[in-house]
Amino acid sequence: MSEKLLELKDISVRYGGREILRDISFGIDAGEIAVLIGANGAGKTTLLKTANGGVKPASGEVLLDGKPIIKMRRREIAKRVAVVAQENETKFPVSVEEFVLAGRFAHSSAFGWETEEDELAAVREMKACGLMEFRGRSMNELSGGERQRVVLARALAAETGLLMLDEPTANLDLSHQALMFRLIREKCETRGLGALVITHDLNLAAAFADKIILVGGGRMIALGRPSEVLSAENLQSVYGIDVLIDENPSNGKIRVTTVYN
Amino acid sequence: MRSRYKIAAALFATLAASIVLAIAVGSENLPLFSLDAQQTEILFDIRVPRVLLAAGVGASLAAAGAALQSLLRNPLAEPYLLGVSNGAALGTMMAFVFFSNFEFARPILAFAGAGIATAVVYKMAKSRSGMSVERLVLSGVIVTTFLSSIIVLLTSLLDAAKLRSFTFWLLGDLSQASATGFYYVLAAAVAGTLVLSSQARSLNLLMIGERDAFDFGVEVKRVRLIIFTASSVLVGTAVAASGSVGYVGLIVPHLVRLAFGSDNRLVVPFSAVAGAAFVVLADTTARTLIAPREFPVGAITALIGAPLFIYLLRRAG
Repeated sequence: MSEKLLELKDISVRYGGREILRDISFGIDAGEIAVLIGANGAGKTTLLKTANGGVKPASGEVLLDGKPIIKMRRREIAKRVAVVAQENETKFPVSVEEFVLAGRFAHSSAFGWETEEDELAAVREMKACGLMEFRGRSMNELSGGERQRVVLARALAAETGLLMLDEPTANLDLSHQALMFRLIREKCETRGLGALVITHDLNLAAAFADKIILVGGGRMIALGRPSEVLSAENLQSVYGIDVLIDENPSNGKIRVTTVYN
Repeated sequence: MRSRYKIAAALFATLAASIVLAIAVGSENLPLFSLDAQQTEILFDIRVPRVLLAAGVGASLAAAGAALQSLLRNPLAEPYLLGVSNGAALGTMMAFVFFSNFEFARPILAFAGAGIATAVVYKMAKSRSGMSVERLVLSGVIVTTFLSSIIVLLTSLLDAAKLRSFTFWLLGDLSQASATGFYYVLAAAVAGTLVLSSQARSLNLLMIGERDAFDFGVEVKRVRLIIFTASSVLVGTAVAASGSVGYVGLIVPHLVRLAFGSDNRLVVPFSAVAGAAFVVLADTTARTLIAPREFPVGAITALIGAPLFIYLLRRAG
């Protein structure tokens, strides 16, 4: 059996003596979408940063393609993992094309100009994300939904085996949320990418995830297929609210409905 | 690609033209092709050193400003406004007061002062949630005023004759250019600009965000150290020779970005060339407007820079 794209083994993370994460273990295979859910402050973003080498675990090990991440340089990591983070506004007029090309940093020399290969990859992903008409525009002129697509295009242009997405659909309207997830799903299927996605939208998670990781209070509460993880008991224990779980009659996926008392 | 070469050629031509102009005009206008002995002396002992010093200072401050802006994601970052120039000025004064026998103590202590001021302002401005434009500017104000008060205390130790030339120097003054002193400023300007330009691709990612840069393969800490060190060398040598010429690092990169976009592979080296031309012209203005007396060049650059600062602050906020 080939190595997993990503494997976390018994990860614990501490910040200034306080334990943020404890004994988290899971892996991601090629073509698999794993969705990370949990309450605010549960340590989801910290877990993502740990999986990407940005946070050093107090104990445990992160493996990328079977290699320990602590032995890898930033460039080596960036060739294997591309991140879509909650984006911040830049103060400089960076064009969409320049922004997407930034995703190619690890592929060509840190000095000098991008190669033709870099340009081709950037154009391909701008097309895939429907951004060609914006390529010369400044990032600051775009709407939230358009910017989020540019951030995804940059991650895809990096041609990594693994995508990590931190709330890629925050601030997006319904149609853009669906579009975003469909793009991610399609890329994972056609290119065999693995993805680790943080989201608060449990129904999106249910519809798109192969695997859901539920974290609460820094511990892994459940891990498995959506139908296994998204139970009323699990969600009650993490979020402290009652939910109704049933099947969505139109697509057969799990449906989570909040019960307001 | 071709247009880049054209732009570079045009910028270098502008620099060359402003140097020739600056050499020819002054309190004594020099007919460059028929000089008598006295005019030749003025040319090589006074005029040329001063103009080349102005070019070196302008290139240094503009390149440092451009790189710091991208690194700190703040179009208002500028060596003078961050207190870095004042750090270098304090270092220069310490060298002058305590090690006046060693000529090289001045640039070295100026570099140390610039480096310490950079590190302090960076630590002050950084918070858990990142670094806002306003927070960095305010930290710069605090560092600047704190260092200024120490400088004032030190100047009180000087006698009256030295005091006037020091006050002038603090405002940015190129009239002290010596026949040999400009060499190391020019050398530092070229070397420092090359080092900053070598990090331009990393700066392009850092300009978008520190986490973005880290995620996509930039060794953020190493690049930051290189940029801080190189810009401290640039600012240190410039200030040791000419005092705190303000706003050059704000005005020039801003204009260069307006003309050529945000790519630091163009912005950093072109800012150096344009900055050289800018200070050469500003200094020419400073010494011809009320000749034979003259203004400190820093007053001229601040007159242009302060309104631009207000404009940029309003836009950033």
